[in-house]
Amino acid sequence: MGKKIVVKTEDLTKKYDKVTVVDRLNLEVAENEVFGLLGPNGAGKTTTILMLLGLTEPASGTAKIFGFDSTRQPLKVKRLAGYLPEKVGFYDTLTARENLRFIAELNNIGYAESEPLIEQVMKSVGLGDVGDKTVNKFSRGMKQRLGIADVLVKKPKVAFLDEPTAGLDPEGINQIIDLIGNLPKMGTTVVFSSHRLYEVQRVCHSIGILSKGKMVVQGALDELGRDALAEGRFRIEVETAEPSPQLVKVIKNIKGVRKVEAEGNMLHITTDADLRAEISKAVVESGVALIQVKIQEFSLDDIYMKYFHEG
Amino acid sequence: MLTILRKELTDYFTSMRCFILFLLVFIASAVAIYAAYQGIRVASIDPGPVFIKLFTTGEDLPSLVVFIALLVPIIGIALGFDAINGERSSGTLNRILSQPVYRDSVINGKFLAGLITMAIMIGAIILIVGGYGLRMIGVPPTAEEIIRIFIYFISAVIYGAFWMGLAILFSVLFRSLAVSLLFPMAIWILLGIPASVFNPYISFFVPAVSNSVSMQLMLARLSPYFLFEEAMTVLLVPAWRGYGLLTSTTTSSMLPNPLSLDQSLLIVWPQFTALIAITAVCFAISYIVFMRQEIRST
Repeated sequence: MGKKIVVKTEDLTKKYDKVTVVDRLNLEVAENEVFGLLGPNGAGKTTTILMLLGLTEPASGTAKIFGFDSTRQPLKVKRLAGYLPEKVGFYDTLTARENLRFIAELNNIGYAESEPLIEQVMKSVGLGDVGDKTVNKFSRGMKQRLGIADVLVKKPKVAFLDEPTAGLDPEGINQIIDLIGNLPKMGTTVVFSSHRLYEVQRVCHSIGILSKGKMVVQGALDELGRDALAEGRFRIEVETAEPSPQLVKVIKNIKGVRKVEAEGNMLHITTDADLRAEISKAVVESGVALIQVKIQEFSLDDIYMKYFHEG
Repeated sequence: MLTILRKELTDYFTSMRCFILFLLVFIASAVAIYAAYQGIRVASIDPGPVFIKLFTTGEDLPSLVVFIALLVPIIGIALGFDAINGERSSGTLNRILSQPVYRDSVINGKFLAGLITMAIMIGAIILIVGGYGLRMIGVPPTAEEIIRIFIYFISAVIYGAFWMGLAILFSVLFRSLAVSLLFPMAIWILLGIPASVFNPYISFFVPAVSNSVSMQLMLARLSPYFLFEEAMTVLLVPAWRGYGLLTSTTTSSMLPNPLSLDQSLLIVWPQFTALIAITAVCFAISYIVFMRQEIRST
């Protein structure tokens, strides 16, 4: 699509004691998108992220972020990339603000610049009022949000979030997901790993599914759904008051309609494109009362389960 | 690295641990002053400078030098045992390492911060004892004595650095805080036992040892504890002119006057070098291991 690729791996492989954890992984993430890294526990998600950040050395292959090799130029990569570890920890005896200030200092952000910045990110994650409390008084959800603030303080071009919603209550999950969804607007590409499909579906533009260290499938979310479940086609459901064979015939004649199946009051239509407007028009013109027209959305659950059954 | 150093120092000085260590330091100073007060009258009859005797005399009580030899390892271990694995278990290590800092600046910053804290503690003991001693005996130190005490201070910090390096090494090697605390403690206790206790066992396997005093001495010097004590005695008791094999004929033919500073230094030079060397080795190993270590917490 002509988008700039900012995270790229080529045949990235990692072995621990001869067990291959990540196996010739090829991954591409375009700029300013949210990329969801999915997969069961132990699929190699965390290891992949660590290698991308240059925190773990790959056995072979390369990982590149903005063109910088993560293994050879780790400092350049770390300047551009923020990382929220799965089990994020802070210095308990310091306040939230002091924790962030320390990170700002490590990134060579001067005091004059860092103070307003810290104020701003604390507010954006909803911790504006508790900045001067020590972290040991924080709840799990607050720590997680502080973790995101911690990533944002360095103004990363790309953020790697490892299971940012693990162990949170539903409200906390929503807040974090909303935060993540807003990051691309601020110029931050996001790669995050999770195994909650629902939240990935909500914010991700594209996903990659990992299984046993291999990339099973990768691509934009809507395309994947159609590829996986409808051989690349759209499915439209039409509910009418009383379907007639006449109507089926009319719909079949619309250009682009492949198949029409009637089932009670429902018509299942397979098409090459989104033809909702044409179909509803045809229904109304045929004099049948139209109740609803719905395009079938593919839930990530379906995609995920399908690939895992195949795998 | 300066950022890490500063943060570590703040951590140390605001922690409960440091408060307890400082308390220990003050108790030690108080006891040492009391010991010196008891012993100085008798000791000052001997020839040689008086002021420095404040540090080495104690009639029935252990003198300051003995105290420091015991205390400094505790300080070193307490400051170093959770340096790396503490960060690891609290989940802060990977967060720090994902920042644009070199991995070595983390361990360097920690080591340096520990060193500075230790220097302040040891400096405090020496100054407290020196200051109170001055009031007590009213004999000001000569320039040479001040230099001797200063060198003593530096060596005590290096000696402490060895123990801290050892503790940091174990904190890099083991993930559990309890293990990394117990290991250097065990080593400290083991090395603190006078080597003569082991001589019968060693001579059982190597019979030559039982006949040779110099070999026994050599074995004893494997312990940094012994090295430090030996060196410090020479440094702070100017009349001391060597260790080990002094037969009564040699002693009786020696002039009973104190050695000059450079002569004393010449005698302790090997000990001094050995102390620095084992400290460097300890630190180097932890450095290498840490640089290549996986940082995954699980």
